[in-house]
Amino acid sequence: MLLGRVIGTVVPAMLVDELSSTPLLWIQPLDREGRPEGDPLVCADGTRMAGPGQVIYWVASREAALALDPWFVPVDDAIVGLVDEVRLYPPEDSRK
Amino acid sequence: MILGRIVGSVVSTIHHPIVEGARLLVAERLDAGGQPTGGYVIAFDAIGAGKGETVLILDEGSGARQILDDDKAPVRSIVVGIVDEVELNTS
Repeated sequence: MLLGRVIGTVVPAMLVDELSSTPLLWIQPLDREGRPEGDPLVCADGTRMAGPGQVIYWVASREAALALDPWFVPVDDAIVGLVDEVRLYPPEDSRK
Repeated sequence: MILGRIVGSVVSTIHHPIVEGARLLVAERLDAGGQPTGGYVIAFDAIGAGKGETVLILDEGSGARQILDDDKAPVRSIVVGIVDEVELNTS
């Protein structure tokens, strides 16, 4: 899983039936310090509680579908949870 | 599986039910020489890995679901071992 920030909501005009009940959010992936990294992507929101500005963690590939309810859904990226805090240990402590 | 080093953790109160009671660790990815590649991954902890430890991370969903004993867990990365030493034979 990786970190991301919700930067927008995707409002589809038309969707395949299988995706019709899935909220879609526009996500900017983040590095572990919270800086933008890589290209934005659309995630299905498995929590149904993420909103703009929220930092989240998301999962890709088949695991994305499993984050949703119902789970048998054709998606490739999904939000698994909302981040309250990322606690990074001080660099000198993480060296070994 | 990949090698990583535990550099932090993620605190999350709103999440998929599988995350309830789990530890989410931030691990930086390591290259063959044990140096950070710049990449990272948020992984479940199956073993009690602590700060600064070099760990073995399973980065595949089916195996992760087997370890969590839940065939619908939306999890791909899971810490499955703590590494003492990686011996690199360069000759």
